[in-house]
Amino acid sequence: MSLVLDNVSKHAGGHVHIENVSLTLERGSLNVLLGPTLSGKTSLMRLMAGLDAPSAGRVLVDGKDVTGVHVRNRSVAMVYQQFINYPSLSVYENIASPMRVAGRPKAEIDRRVREAARLLKLDKYLDRNPAQLSGGQQQRTAIARALVKDAQLVLLDEPLANLDYKLREELREELPKIFAESGAVLVYATTEPTEALLLRGNTATLWEGRLAQFGRTPDVYRRPANLTSARVFSDPPLNSMRVHKRGLQLVLATGEHGLARGVLAELPDDDYTIGFRADHLYLTRPDAEAIALTGTVAVSEITGSESFVHIDLPHSNELSGGGSDRWVAVTRGVLEVEPGERIECFIDPRRLFVFGHDGRLAAAPPLVLAA
Amino acid sequence: MLRARIVLGLYIVFLLLPIYWLVNMSLKTNTEIVSSLTLWPHNLTFRNYATIFTDPSWYSGYLNSLKYVALNTVLSIALALPAAYAFSRFRFVGDKHLFFWLLSNRMAPPAVFALPFFNLYSAIGLFDTPLAVALAHCLFNVPLAVWILEGFMSGVPREIDETAYLDGYSFPRFFVKIFTPLVASGIGVTAFFCFMFSWVELLLARTLTSVDAKPIAATMTRTVSAAGMDWGLLAAAGVLTILPGALVIWFVRNYIAKGFALGRV
Repeated sequence: MSLVLDNVSKHAGGHVHIENVSLTLERGSLNVLLGPTLSGKTSLMRLMAGLDAPSAGRVLVDGKDVTGVHVRNRSVAMVYQQFINYPSLSVYENIASPMRVAGRPKAEIDRRVREAARLLKLDKYLDRNPAQLSGGQQQRTAIARALVKDAQLVLLDEPLANLDYKLREELREELPKIFAESGAVLVYATTEPTEALLLRGNTATLWEGRLAQFGRTPDVYRRPANLTSARVFSDPPLNSMRVHKRGLQLVLATGEHGLARGVLAELPDDDYTIGFRADHLYLTRPDAEAIALTGTVAVSEITGSESFVHIDLPHSNELSGGGSDRWVAVTRGVLEVEPGERIECFIDPRRLFVFGHDGRLAAAPPLVLAA
Repeated sequence: MLRARIVLGLYIVFLLLPIYWLVNMSLKTNTEIVSSLTLWPHNLTFRNYATIFTDPSWYSGYLNSLKYVALNTVLSIALALPAAYAFSRFRFVGDKHLFFWLLSNRMAPPAVFALPFFNLYSAIGLFDTPLAVALAHCLFNVPLAVWILEGFMSGVPREIDETAYLDGYSFPRFFVKIFTPLVASGIGVTAFFCFMFSWVELLLARTLTSVDAKPIAATMTRTVSAAGMDWGLLAAAGVLTILPGALVIWFVRNYIAKGFALGRV
């Protein structure tokens, strides 16, 4: 089946939850909804499922308008971030529940429950109650229930957010495989860019209820269509700064000058916003073309193998009317710097995303350099 | 530590003293009660209890009371379940006001309603039936039940409802099969409170009945006869009135604090 959202909006109590989102999800595809908390991932999923009706727009399944169809009469399964199971039923009955309601024969129910339980490593716990399971097992029960339903649309709303690190890695790898056979449209919501990259498939970047971009995950990552999409798809946060280009001259908001080389060279003279991810902010000069800036260390975090240095760069000209930008640099190894320390950092003009006044991408580095 | 125990012990003795005295009296003869102060029955007798269990004018009082209390409990819960579900799950215009208004029903003294109920029930032939008392008690038990159940229901995540619909459950099937077991302890506590309030309420129960549906509490207040007060019999009736409540408390003892907090713990 294919799922089409046609200009759907959802307003409730004077708040905009979803604004004019159009999306086409193909049969058998894995689609990631990526966005921070309150960006509308859950609202959008509820519209897809039919748990909420859109205030405007249509939802089409295989070309048929299902906007007003009750969730009971749709082929949808959903897994929530909080482990939702029926507390009064055993794990077995929890998994069997959608098939029992559908009135499937006993033998088939038993076979499929055991099959799903084996796949999700729940065979030993079928007689227990959900409350007697660990968080990971509870979530796997919910996933097993979604699996046996054989729904055409499977919605996973941050299914791994409340699990510990190791379980997340395991399940993240298994989840797409488990559902791949069914040919269902799989929708996976997450706040983490890394998760989207690991899942591959397609990614839709969401921001404040609007769709920023939709496309193949690596494309969205390496070719953000706009500043919002680039921001959503960056962790640590995207480094950005207002710049002014005149001929070969590039003036940064901090007052530094550089040569408008690399991706900037071909652009007409104007004000732009440059953006790049933390791994493209260097603390040692990479080559002669790099532009040097001096800032103040705000925070320095060492995770073990990597160091994250947050640098404050106060503005000194009219480009953004005062204020400052905070950038993050990530370097390999342990780098001991103290907050307040002056630090020199470098940007590579060949590895910048450039966004115009309207936030749209104006220029991007070649794919080999953008990763 | 020891002092704390002594204080607590004294307090418990203080609380239990009237109950002990009631039991004490119920096992004595009237002569012993009236003539001397004895700490325990010197002439142990079960005659008072025997009278209650054999005299229809006594035991029918208990049966009448149990009838309308049971009827009221069932009615209150049956009405409050869907209402509480609506309050806990849906937002509608004036929902908060309506919810508070429900509780304010409990704040009016029952005496206020005795007259209209009496007049109304007499007019439609409900007077002196267990149903009359059961319905009258709904006035304050339904709001209470809605409040307690709403608290318990709001503790069940809404996502469970949605998962059930996604699984294909119809609303009635979901409500009976999935939802009700989740609030079972809440229903138990609610039933207890409805039972208690209906059991101890005297004014409406006495006003709305005369002979056929006369509750035990009313029977007890009318035992002054030409021969004077029958103290022992009254005490035995008192003991038997406490018992059902004590029994019901035993079943909901683990949830009762939550019930007193209207399910909001």
